[in-house]
Amino acid sequence: MMKQVSDRLTSLLEECKSLAFDLNFTYAKQWKAKSKYRLLVGYLPIYVPREIIHAANGLAVGLMGVGDRKQIIKGDAYYQSYICHLPRGIIEMALDSNLDNFDGFLFPSICDCVRNLSGMFKLAKRGKFTRYFDYPQNFEKHIGGTFYHELLQTVIDDMFKLNDMKITTQHLNDSIKLYNINRSLIEQIYNIRQDFPWRLSAVDVYHIIRAGMVINVEKHNEMLHEIVDLISEDFGEPMDNIRVVISGSFCEQPPIGMIKSIEMAGCYIVDDDFMLGSRWIHGDIDATSHDPMNALVDAFLTQSGPSSAIYDVGNPKGARLVQQVRDRNADGVIFCAASFCDPALLDRPTLQKSCDEAGIAHINFQFHENTGQFKVIKEQAGTFSDSIKLWV
Amino acid sequence: MSNPKEAIKEKSMVIQKDMLANLFTELSNAKANGKKVVYTFVPGNLTELILAMDMLPVYPEINALQSGMRKKSGGYIKDAEKLGFSEDVCTYVKCDIGMMLNGNIGPTGEKLPEPDLLLLSYTGCFTFLKWFENLEKLYPGVEIAMLHTPYQEDGVITDDQIKYMVKQLQEDVIPKMEKVAGKKMDYDRLSKMLDNAAKAEDLWVKVLETAKHRPSPIDSYFAGVYYMGPLNTAFRGTEEAVTYYEELLKEVTERMDQNLCPVTPEGEMKEEKFRLVVEGPPNWTNFREFWKIFYDMGAVIVASTYTKVGGLYDQGFRHDKDKPLESLSRYCMGCYTNLNLPQRVDLIEHYIKEFKADGFLINSIKSCNSFSAGQLLMMREVEQRCGIPVGFIESDLVDPRYFSYANIKNRLESYFQMLGQRKVILEQVEAEA
Ligand code: SF4
Ligand code: SF4
Repeated sequence: MMKQVSDRLTSLLEECKSLAFDLNFTYAKQWKAKSKYRLLVGYLPIYVPREIIHAANGLAVGLMGVGDRKQIIKGDAYYQSYICHLPRGIIEMALDSNLDNFDGFLFPSICDCVRNLSGMFKLAKRGKFTRYFDYPQNFEKHIGGTFYHELLQTVIDDMFKLNDMKITTQHLNDSIKLYNINRSLIEQIYNIRQDFPWRLSAVDVYHIIRAGMVINVEKHNEMLHEIVDLISEDFGEPMDNIRVVISGSFCEQPPIGMIKSIEMAGCYIVDDDFMLGSRWIHGDIDATSHDPMNALVDAFLTQSGPSSAIYDVGNPKGARLVQQVRDRNADGVIFCAASFCDPALLDRPTLQKSCDEAGIAHINFQFHENTGQFKVIKEQAGTFSDSIKLWV
Repeated sequence: MSNPKEAIKEKSMVIQKDMLANLFTELSNAKANGKKVVYTFVPGNLTELILAMDMLPVYPEINALQSGMRKKSGGYIKDAEKLGFSEDVCTYVKCDIGMMLNGNIGPTGEKLPEPDLLLLSYTGCFTFLKWFENLEKLYPGVEIAMLHTPYQEDGVITDDQIKYMVKQLQEDVIPKMEKVAGKKMDYDRLSKMLDNAAKAEDLWVKVLETAKHRPSPIDSYFAGVYYMGPLNTAFRGTEEAVTYYEELLKEVTERMDQNLCPVTPEGEMKEEKFRLVVEGPPNWTNFREFWKIFYDMGAVIVASTYTKVGGLYDQGFRHDKDKPLESLSRYCMGCYTNLNLPQRVDLIEHYIKEFKADGFLINSIKSCNSFSAGQLLMMREVEQRCGIPVGFIESDLVDPRYFSYANIKNRLESYFQMLGQRKVILEQVEAEA
């Protein structure tokens, strides 16, 4: 019995892994090729409301950088040495054929690199539409909410011009329902891992969630259902590891080897912000209303999780990180930000202070998505783990 | 410069110096006089709103650049790094936080008053948001107001964006300002200030346009950063600012009529050899040395993008007394770093052509992604469109660790050599024709 479960799980995990790192986006392109009314819309970290793209017969494809999977040749000529790595890989893909057949690109407001990258796509004439997705930083419904509603409508209009698909209330409610299921299944995986972190490695979880950014939500939900069922069975052996939350890797992604090194050094990663966009909205969005656009707006204003992309006065991220650590029953935090990532690195001192005040242990790494040397990181994570074990 | 001499103090300089001295005196007496103090940013600043409510503005970026010029920034930055700020992040933020950790001593040697209001109008830079989140924690309990300025992502300012900004001003920002100031906004006074602002803006544009003359009577970058001061900071909307720009225009016009070159810290330039357009902020820690490399080579900056971070008046924008909140919103959205990359390239191309520049140079700032991310592509676009030599150097605003004099000098000398050779060829071609 146990063997069978493991085989199916292994094959699902393999599938997720190859989807997650297919930088040619083969699945998405094949999906689009089935109908001329289908659209591919690439989006950068962190969050876009994928529901509107789905309802417009589109597939939202997460562009999370190239990691160490693609050699950057042209991209480096577009960026000075003191700019993070993520946009280099994205522009490299745009200049090569990786993003051919994409109809549009969305650049959510997280920093000025991503913002200016939206202009680079315009200058390089990539995509039929390019939008910088400037989230409201005002959370009053009639001010920021109205602005956000208009922003969503602009993207809907962009898509309508390409495929003539009118989004109906029913379409959008159906899409909201599917993404509610998606977030809920992802949350279940994190919850199971919280209690039984040995059943899936952090890298496995990473692949599972990242795969969901390049395939249609219906297929991802099927895979997630199966995975949840499989990991609900009891298998594997617990190790004497500490439990950590990773904070700061929400945009440029740490190399897989680094995630592995942290776990091998004795740290179960029980929560993280790697693919924050897929988990951005906390809880369900109303999928039964007569005004689903309004439901999406409300969800953004009131159900967004903590993030460096959101003005946090009145709802400080530090307190929310501490709460996350408590909820996940974690022993410490690993601050793990990409080098030159202003949003993550400027938030770090405050977050560290909140951890100190709450008595939560923490360490800190910086990385590039294409870093190859993890020895030091492994040693530091190992020492961190040992020091916590000594006191817990 | 064959004959270095003391900087000539023109009347406009004296006026500006007095304006600043008075401001810092007012700031140091602010608490005793019951004046409220507002910390805010330069791009998209709401100075008229602040002044119309009898409050005093403090600009952390200006403090940072002045710390850079006074050679204090290196220490401040290191202190902020000790607090956990990474080496990789914007040094303006670290310099400001370091200055605060060291007693918040301003450029006059006196302590700057603590803020009563943090007014975050974050125009054209995401880091502003992070900066004020940090300040909010460092000044716990201080009122904080935020004005989200949407980016001109599609190269236009839309009605929806204006409505969003006006609503924020009406329902959030101004009520918070009124609460701190303890009085209601006087809209008549505000309109009057906006009228003054527009007058000063007209004059400023005329000053900038004198650089179209050959030789240019001004350096629009190195001297431009001084000239733009009153309009970009605490004086826009005041009568004093209008007087300052009247005087400045008078002086500059006189120089132009006499075919004089710009005034530098070592006196007057004797010959204009190269006319350049520059993109990006200057370096502040070695500002004089940096400028000297240019004037020693006879290079004059005839237009720069940095002098437009506080507003693109030369492209037609004016504050409008009849539409106060709408025009403030347009102003915020129209600042240079709030333009998208294609708009920035178009503007540079326009400057190169209008000001008949021989070359285009980027000073890429390590700290500032808002400016720097994308500059290499911008450079290629400009080169293709204008067919003039482009140059690229790197430095930082206030971190002395990232200003390599020898490196920059070498690069610039080769660049000027290239410009010189090209000039000779062009002259030959012209003569043959
Ligand atoms: S890694 Fe950080 S700095 Fe780089 S694009 Fe992402 S958010 Fe911006
Ligand atoms: S990133 Fe640039 S614009 Fe923003 S605060 Fe720093 S120096 Fe100023």
